[in-house]
Amino acid sequence: MKYMDEYRNADQAQRYVEAIHRLAKGDWTLMEVCGGQTHAIVKYGIDELLPPNVRLLHGPGCPVCVTPVELIDKAVDIARRPDVIFTSFGDMLRVPGTTGDLFSAKAAGGDVRIVYSPLDAVNIARANPDKQVVFFAVGFETTAPANALAVKSAAEMGVENFSILVSHVLVPPAIEAILSEPDALVKGFLAAGHVCAVVGYEEYFPLAARYHVPFVVTGFEPLDILQGVYMVVKQLEEGRAEVENQYARCVRQEGNLPAQNMMREVFGVVHRKWRGIGEIPSSGLGLREPFQRYDAEIRFGLTEYTAEESPDCMSGLVLQGKLKPEACPAFGTRCTPEKPLGATMVSNEGACAAYYRYRRAETIS
Amino acid sequence: MTTFTLNCPLPISDYPNVLLAHGSGGKLMHRLIDSMIAPAFSNPALGEKHDGAAINLHGGRVAFTTDSYVVKPLFFPGSDIGALAINGTVNDLAMCGARPLYLSLGLILEEGLPMETLQRIIDSMRAAAQAADVQIVTGDTKVVDRGRGDGVYINTAGIGIIEHDLVIAPSSVRAGDAILINGDVARHGIAVMSVREGLEFETPIDSDCAPLHQPALALIEAGIPVHCLRDCTRGGVASTLVEIAQDSRLHLHIEETAVPVREDVRGACEILGLDPLYIANEGKFLAFVPAEHARTAARLMGDESRIIGTVQDDKPGLVTLKSAIGGSRILDMLTGDPLPRIC
Repeated sequence: MKYMDEYRNADQAQRYVEAIHRLAKGDWTLMEVCGGQTHAIVKYGIDELLPPNVRLLHGPGCPVCVTPVELIDKAVDIARRPDVIFTSFGDMLRVPGTTGDLFSAKAAGGDVRIVYSPLDAVNIARANPDKQVVFFAVGFETTAPANALAVKSAAEMGVENFSILVSHVLVPPAIEAILSEPDALVKGFLAAGHVCAVVGYEEYFPLAARYHVPFVVTGFEPLDILQGVYMVVKQLEEGRAEVENQYARCVRQEGNLPAQNMMREVFGVVHRKWRGIGEIPSSGLGLREPFQRYDAEIRFGLTEYTAEESPDCMSGLVLQGKLKPEACPAFGTRCTPEKPLGATMVSNEGACAAYYRYRRAETIS
Repeated sequence: MTTFTLNCPLPISDYPNVLLAHGSGGKLMHRLIDSMIAPAFSNPALGEKHDGAAINLHGGRVAFTTDSYVVKPLFFPGSDIGALAINGTVNDLAMCGARPLYLSLGLILEEGLPMETLQRIIDSMRAAAQAADVQIVTGDTKVVDRGRGDGVYINTAGIGIIEHDLVIAPSSVRAGDAILINGDVARHGIAVMSVREGLEFETPIDSDCAPLHQPALALIEAGIPVHCLRDCTRGGVASTLVEIAQDSRLHLHIEETAVPVREDVRGACEILGLDPLYIANEGKFLAFVPAEHARTAARLMGDESRIIGTVQDDKPGLVTLKSAIGGSRILDMLTGDPLPRIC
């Protein structure tokens, strides 16, 4: 398939692998931030092709995984109410809260529907004026503009039975949280291409300078990732700490300005809790004042609710790159995709799920 | 007086309620069958865990199978619930190496279903039965209250005659076998999903729904010592491979690039974040044959057939795959239905 097979070419991949082997002299730990990249790395076996002195750690870039357990509980609470149609992207449905997941809410009679776009949820609201229609607005800067557009459209059309349960988080504050740890292992980052397609990569310049780490904005196909690794390793070997763009076919330095404007009009920066990590200041988005009447937490009286995660789940360490999934004592035994302790075992993009799905045989048998 | 209780002596699974995932062809469904249903009725024919049962009857062998069809929507690009209900059961018989002969038809209709819709389904079933050379010889009709069904549910059972001495089952698979598929994968699942979710493509992606008895019987009639046949329905090629690896206690190794996927289907899967290996088919089957017969078998299974892998004995119960760029990974069964991703 055009624009895809080119980036999955086995010969080209092999050439990059050989180049990385020749180039890497030092001992380098890199982090890919995005869960989509983690998935591609494990799915294509990219990390196995790298030399042993170049290691990839998996970062906190899976929106499903970092959604705090109390927000899942709130979603389940709302979805179980009889006058509600709860809409969500598919992969949130299996994430466990403390009171079950959205699939269980559906099995118990809740009207839970998978949608492909938040605008679909607005249309469901228009078609069902006697119901409250709630959309689970999860994701990084990638999904925020579309969710903002949905809220704005609802406001313009006067669709007042629509609301969103907001769980938006931002990438740069999470990277800074990882870098500011005293025992930070990560020497360079593959920045998430899709996030940068929206917000650009200017925010990484101060981070690269302050912590002296290279950033390479990287795509999601095997050759993108191998080239991204090559570029980070090259910077490290040359003692540079710059921001470079491997994913130039999609990403410009300033990003997508209309999308950013839409996002900023509807959302403002707020403190957010991250699953397994805790609260990170100014690390998320919440609805701004004129749009707060579309906030499902306010509408359903759930702003005060809090919940704690299972102490058994070590996903916080996994999300910060401090623990490889298979090193967790619960991996593959007490924690599996059917009975997950945490979201990293559920989401398609979760590091634990990726290892379970693609690597388990080598790690637990 | 003896007292008896209605307590089920069998373990209830971890789930207090049935989830949709219990019917998706993945792990939860297999666990439900293995822990609750199969132990209750344990017998040798059931123990083969094949698509249908091969039974000795008055000195001959027959294959017997049943399947229920609850697809939404009732009509989708390339096919409909009626043709599916015929072909699905015909294919389960064919996968036992049987010549399909007779089917039963159970219709559960919802009050209010337009007669015109029912007529279209019946017409489609008649055409499919003719094409597959089977007769519907008995049936049953029930109507449920409006709101208690999705228009039509269909159950078909079928019997076929086994005209050879081969044991076509996972237990017959051997190290050294070649693994073949009769064409491109994932079309049925994407066709149904496109209607269900309102996705539009430049050209519609049609279901691959088709009877498989001819290519399956062609292998047997040509004298190929077929070890196992299995159609790749719910859960896709990957789940079918995992079932056979686990039931045969052998290692199946697949080349990802050898599995044919049509361009438009690949595109749809990319957009939705789905892996075509896990998407349902209704006209594709895997054949396990000794390596020396692989080329002949591929020719008999149709122009689109491919040899996609081999059977090895080093890692029992495992399916591995060589990725497009040369890395390797395991293929696992999904927990439930594949879920479209956030981003």
